[in-house]
Amino acid sequence: MKLTLWTYEGPPHVGAMRVATAMKGLHLVLHAPQGDTYADLLFTMIERRDHRPPVTFTTFRASDLGGDTAGLFKSAAQSAYDRFQPQAMLVGSSCTAELIQDDPGGLASTMGLNCPVVALDLPSYSRKENFGADETFLALVRALAKPMARTEAITCNLLGATALGFRHRDDVAEITALLAKMGVTVNVCAPLGATPDDLTRMGQAHFNVVLYPETGEGAARYMERAFGQPFTKCIPIGVGATREFIREVAGITGLSADVDETGLRQPWWSASVDSTYLTGKRVFLFGDATHVITAARIAAEEIGFTVVGMGCYNREQARPLRAAAAKHGVEPLISDDYLEVEAAIAAAAPELILGTQMERHIAKRLGIPCAVISAPVHVQDFPARYSPQMGFEGANVIFDTWVHPLVMGLEEHLLTMFREDFEFHDAAGASHHGGKAIARVAEPEPVAAPVAVAASVPVVAPSGDIRWLPDAERELKKIPFFVRGVAKRNTERFAAGKGIADISVDTLYEAKAHYAR
Amino acid sequence: MSLDLPLSPGCSAAPVLRERGQHEVFCGLTGIIWLHRKMQDAFFLVVGSRTCAHLLQSAAGVMIFAEPRFGTAILEEKDLAGLADANAELDREVGRLLARRPDIRQLFLVGSCPSEVIKLDLARAAERMNVQHAPHVRVYNYSGSGIETTFTQGEDACLAAMVPALPATDAAELLVVGALPDVVEDQCLALLNAMGVGPVRMLPARRSGDMPAVGPNSRYILTQPFLGDTAAALDRRGASRIAAPFPFGEEGTTLWLQAIADVYGVTADRFDAATAAPRARARKAVAAHAATLSGKSLFLFPDSQMEIPLARFLARECGMRPLEVGTPYLHRALMEPELALLPEGPMLSEGQDVDKQLDRHGAQSPDLTVCGLGLANPLESQGFTTKWAIELVFTPVHFYEQAGDLAGLFSRPFRRKALLTAGAKP
Repeated sequence: MKLTLWTYEGPPHVGAMRVATAMKGLHLVLHAPQGDTYADLLFTMIERRDHRPPVTFTTFRASDLGGDTAGLFKSAAQSAYDRFQPQAMLVGSSCTAELIQDDPGGLASTMGLNCPVVALDLPSYSRKENFGADETFLALVRALAKPMARTEAITCNLLGATALGFRHRDDVAEITALLAKMGVTVNVCAPLGATPDDLTRMGQAHFNVVLYPETGEGAARYMERAFGQPFTKCIPIGVGATREFIREVAGITGLSADVDETGLRQPWWSASVDSTYLTGKRVFLFGDATHVITAARIAAEEIGFTVVGMGCYNREQARPLRAAAAKHGVEPLISDDYLEVEAAIAAAAPELILGTQMERHIAKRLGIPCAVISAPVHVQDFPARYSPQMGFEGANVIFDTWVHPLVMGLEEHLLTMFREDFEFHDAAGASHHGGKAIARVAEPEPVAAPVAVAASVPVVAPSGDIRWLPDAERELKKIPFFVRGVAKRNTERFAAGKGIADISVDTLYEAKAHYAR
Repeated sequence: MSLDLPLSPGCSAAPVLRERGQHEVFCGLTGIIWLHRKMQDAFFLVVGSRTCAHLLQSAAGVMIFAEPRFGTAILEEKDLAGLADANAELDREVGRLLARRPDIRQLFLVGSCPSEVIKLDLARAAERMNVQHAPHVRVYNYSGSGIETTFTQGEDACLAAMVPALPATDAAELLVVGALPDVVEDQCLALLNAMGVGPVRMLPARRSGDMPAVGPNSRYILTQPFLGDTAAALDRRGASRIAAPFPFGEEGTTLWLQAIADVYGVTADRFDAATAAPRARARKAVAAHAATLSGKSLFLFPDSQMEIPLARFLARECGMRPLEVGTPYLHRALMEPELALLPEGPMLSEGQDVDKQLDRHGAQSPDLTVCGLGLANPLESQGFTTKWAIELVFTPVHFYEQAGDLAGLFSRPFRRKALLTAGAKP
């Protein structure tokens, strides 16, 4: 048993719903109590879908439990088939139905339904949403795709895009266009937009492109074994990764890797002098492993940030994340415990958080700027405009998105120079974000005890045996708030290392020189 | 609006279509979203699955990250293997929680579908923990599971669980029952005070120390239509219920207050003095929206059990024509005064088979559809005008000063559609 306040992933059957909802002509019958229908609103509200997810819930009640819940499943499955006439049907259990062990797959197979029926195994008490999506897609491909002759033209399948995915809609469009520039046509994109009939044709592609390992790798590995289709390993998020992806596709297909980069602006935006102030900004990254690994590369190599922490909530992809963390020289955080993530972020004292919907709230609490890079996401992360993460346009979008939360370069300098100003002070926030400037709280001087300035500003408090002398403490408060935490910690660490018990202004600046980057 | 009861029997004897099938309704766990804000020293611990945790953070439409006073003890495979272990695990998690949150004075163990199917006995767990953590923390348990409860029944189950633990009294106090927004609660108390009715106590109270006592001289009145089990629990403690329509709209509020006034012998003069001004304000505020709503047809999908009182308000005060009024559960005894007021005509339905109900809905093509979030956007995309029902539970809608706001929730979709339609013209 584990106490959870917030969860990064839903249960596995929500993953199955993401696959079913992404597709057309498919219907999912879930053996589930009423109430599990809440998941419909993830799609209809958060993603603003204009149709109901193609999911029937059998809706058993307590009074059914001693009786014929299996009969209830069969009648629900039959009426779903009759009403929706799907090309194929998925059947499975939610967490509660898993306990009553009615075996939806076995029951459905006795019903003589006139379409393929694919049974799902969704272990709710050990696995989670991404696993459920990956398994569901794999089960569909395994049941429906057949070995076929390759197409004459060079084609590939795009794997892993689902409903409720972070920017999946636009990533598919961007990568489809990129591949077209290389001379590769998309045979089937699945699950997003595919029908079960489309899945039967997947075997004729020359290779597979895995867009999201979290939800597409199981199927890719199966098709590699069953149909001899190689699949791409590089995820094309960021300029470097996109170029590497192009080279990988060229290697598989023998096509040229020389692709027109018109419209790619991120490298120049990053190189132009205005971006100098981004240098070495401390970022903490958290989300699904794929987005975090690619974002860390962009942060370090394409924008010039310093990665001070990274982690993922999906244990399935822990290994590549650990490898990436080692490359960036940070400890990997593999956890789906929101409080643990919050503590790690607070300890790392980053200047920017790149995370999920959850980290946005952590950031708000800690007063740190934040941009979203990964699911889980909320309604505002499904923008009306075209905003992919992948490919060259994705790189442009990412630059804009990440820089926006930060205080602009010259403004940052002014804040550092005139931090005593009553309205233009560092706790007032970036001037391009609207919001009302918070008047600076006048501090009584001189003070012996630490004084809280504002709730969001770290308070100077003695840690351990080390004391801050009043002058040093006042000097510390003159340091911009977004680096104050780090300055405090570094100074204390420096003092501890030197055996200094009382931190003076000199100690503060000696530490600054010691840790100068 | 006349206070006289209508000459026709309204819908009292109307047949009810009972359906079962897919319910597009939340389970009772959802009530935690507002209950944990109402009871400021309470923590709600769901004993369930990842689905329960996911529901709680998804259901509100927005995630409430401000220091949540609820959480889910997620069952894992090893908990399913042996119940003894599951109990030990639960004790450990609760111990850790209470150690970390010393401000918690009331802990609700909330049962879920999985905990009920594996027969994890939360009543015994609560007893055990009460011994362990008394007197600092009072531990209750109730079920918010989807196999037992729909949406607002969670609040009913929660309050019903508290009733047996309320202290006994012989005092003749009035209990006002139902979790109301603080501003609404204050207005309610002010109205009753102006009528000279008192002492008045609220269930639930904002803090555990203010919980009311109950006994044979207690009278109580419900503010929400979904509190049947709580009413039964109060009856068992000897309290007597004041039957009334529910305080939605000017008429509903007046009849609700009148029922109390009758019992407490409030004079007509005093009643008028207390209510005349807010009644006039409420009528005026509702009239502004009734112009938009009048003559429009209405279809309510089942959601919160507030559907019948709302249909009554929309029909009688706003001039709408209800076509179908769906409710997840129809509590005859509580709903009698409402059914008598609801003009004849609409089909009443209880329970749901959502696909069949959508067929009926499409055939009737109502002007306004009140439904849950799972249905609203799909129906909008087909050209229907919808009001999502959850807002009715998350917005202050009771009593005079909110009557206009309540009507406004239904008129806004029409105003919005008119704006966008006009804007789309060349």
